[in-house]
Amino acid sequence: MRISYREALKLGLREALTKNPNTFLIGEDVGAYGGSYAVSKGLLKEFGPHRVRDTPLSEAGFVGAGIGAALGGLHPIVEIMTINFSLLALDQIINSAAFMHHMSGGQLAVPLILRMTTGAGRQLGAQHSNSFEGWFAHIPGLIIFAPSSIEDARYSLEFALREQNPVLMVEHAQLLNDEDELPEKNTSYSLFSSNIRKTGDQITVVSFGANVKKCLAVADKLEKQNLSLEVIDLRILRPLQLELVFESVKKTHRLLLVDEGWLTGNLSAEIGIRVAEKFFDSLKCPILRIGKKEVPVPYSKHLEDLTLPQEEGIELAAREMLK
Amino acid sequence: MKKLKPEITVHFPNSFDEPFELGLFKNMLRIRRLEELCAELYTQEKIRGFLHLYIGEEAVATGVLSQARAKDNVIATYREHGHALLKGLSARSILAEMFGKRTGCCRGRGGSMHLFSKEHRFFGGQAIVGAGLPHAVGLALASEWLGEDRITFCFFGDGAVAEGQFHESLNLAALWKLPVLFCCENNFYGMGTAIERAQSQTNLVEKAKSYKIQGLSVDGMDVDAVVNGTRQALFWMQENKGPFFLELKTYRFRAHSMFDPDLYRSKEEVLQWKQRCPIEQKKKTLRQKGLLNNEKLLAIEKGIQDELSDAKTFAEASPFESPEDLYQFVYAGDGL
Repeated sequence: MRISYREALKLGLREALTKNPNTFLIGEDVGAYGGSYAVSKGLLKEFGPHRVRDTPLSEAGFVGAGIGAALGGLHPIVEIMTINFSLLALDQIINSAAFMHHMSGGQLAVPLILRMTTGAGRQLGAQHSNSFEGWFAHIPGLIIFAPSSIEDARYSLEFALREQNPVLMVEHAQLLNDEDELPEKNTSYSLFSSNIRKTGDQITVVSFGANVKKCLAVADKLEKQNLSLEVIDLRILRPLQLELVFESVKKTHRLLLVDEGWLTGNLSAEIGIRVAEKFFDSLKCPILRIGKKEVPVPYSKHLEDLTLPQEEGIELAAREMLK
Repeated sequence: MKKLKPEITVHFPNSFDEPFELGLFKNMLRIRRLEELCAELYTQEKIRGFLHLYIGEEAVATGVLSQARAKDNVIATYREHGHALLKGLSARSILAEMFGKRTGCCRGRGGSMHLFSKEHRFFGGQAIVGAGLPHAVGLALASEWLGEDRITFCFFGDGAVAEGQFHESLNLAALWKLPVLFCCENNFYGMGTAIERAQSQTNLVEKAKSYKIQGLSVDGMDVDAVVNGTRQALFWMQENKGPFFLELKTYRFRAHSMFDPDLYRSKEEVLQWKQRCPIEQKKKTLRQKGLLNNEKLLAIEKGIQDELSDAKTFAEASPFESPEDLYQFVYAGDGL
């Protein structure tokens, strides 16, 4: 079955609402409007306003209410329209959702799913183009999924619903319209591992979200010139699962990181240092990182393109590493 | 004492029976003595961190929670030792928590500001002002959803009323007609800032009304008035299905926390309020009614002293959590 990322997300939502009577979708414009990114379109009609619940523009209020509902025995799926607005609920996400289990000495759990669209690339200007998932990955107590394949989009919610912890699902806006074949469900499939999207033996390229696409495009192009890149999609940003990255670096001895977070202190910095701590002596060249340029994301197309990681930059870095 | 008179004071016909009335007195005194012990243990450096005492405000938690059932939910603030005690947490588990011990209600992870008990449906212990209100909305949503008969009692201070989360939560609770009893403990100061300096509208019931939430302001220094006001609120909620806003005008006799030099209010003001001590007032009326004499008073004091000295001994003797358990409770469930 060939479907879009958006449709895959919706299939996951429909399954979640069908299978779990104590699950509901809640957020701004998830119902009557059909979801700001049309992911939940039609679900209101299917499940009714009790299960697909529109809220006022009150991010702290409805995220906090999601936490309370989770404490009270439900498993809410809260949609924050975009990761940009998650800042309005940051206190609830961190100080309450992430810490409650620990602060209560293990008594309370917060089984809560927070879905949000992330990422730049649509000329939306600085306030609507953030990628804060790397920030959230700093916080103990959170689980963060960054589905980048159709398969992940389809099944990540099912995995999130097995958790008794708060799970952030960050869905990159640049992936929503992508189409691909949805593979048959594999019994060994797990989101608690990174995912080798393309095998290779000269450079380990690690990325997540929509940037995986760019890495894959470069890897395909260079393959034709007999340069071999292994592309690893992190898939889960916290807790980090780096076993496959370590295995890959053992083989390639080169690491290139591509990340839509601003370079200073982004998630790639963490992965880079962890690889360096283990493999510094065996690396054939310095670890390279491509991040977002350190400016608020500009509106004008050419400036926005310059700001974000692009295929040309990834290719250039890869060629440099293999010189 | 310009601030003292609440706008509305409701008096249901006073129909308290003797054990209930003595119970109110005893519970206020339990909180007072617990807080005094905490202050003492703090100066001995047995308790550390921030410590916020409820001395002066005992009638509020005592009166409101006298109407809460075991199955009801309670959320409180960082000044919550008394609320936790009256919701059923043992003095042992509370003191051991403040000692940072393994036997504390949160195994030493929470401390004074983060008391929790799943068993007693006590959901904190919230140390971010206003953050507990959305949780109350969600807890009430869950109880409605699951068809459970529970009221969610949500305590917060006048300071929280200026937070956005207060307004978002009142709006949501009213919109979805949820059984939340919002209990605003108005002690007239958000830390050191007087309410007149923080709120353009100091009539807090009016704020609730603007969300179409029924509200009532009661004298929080009079435990009988608090009981009556709470009964009235719960009666209204049962009849009308929806949230209620109860303002309890009260006063903190001690500084905001143990670090507060208390420079923002006059000694005279504090002294005036102390003359309306809820415990002394109740003691006086109980004596007048012939329900309390010196002998009974001594027995009550002795009972509380026994409870608290047992708790203190327990907390002191309890072990600390093992260092190997540092990483426990970051994630629920296994595998992570």
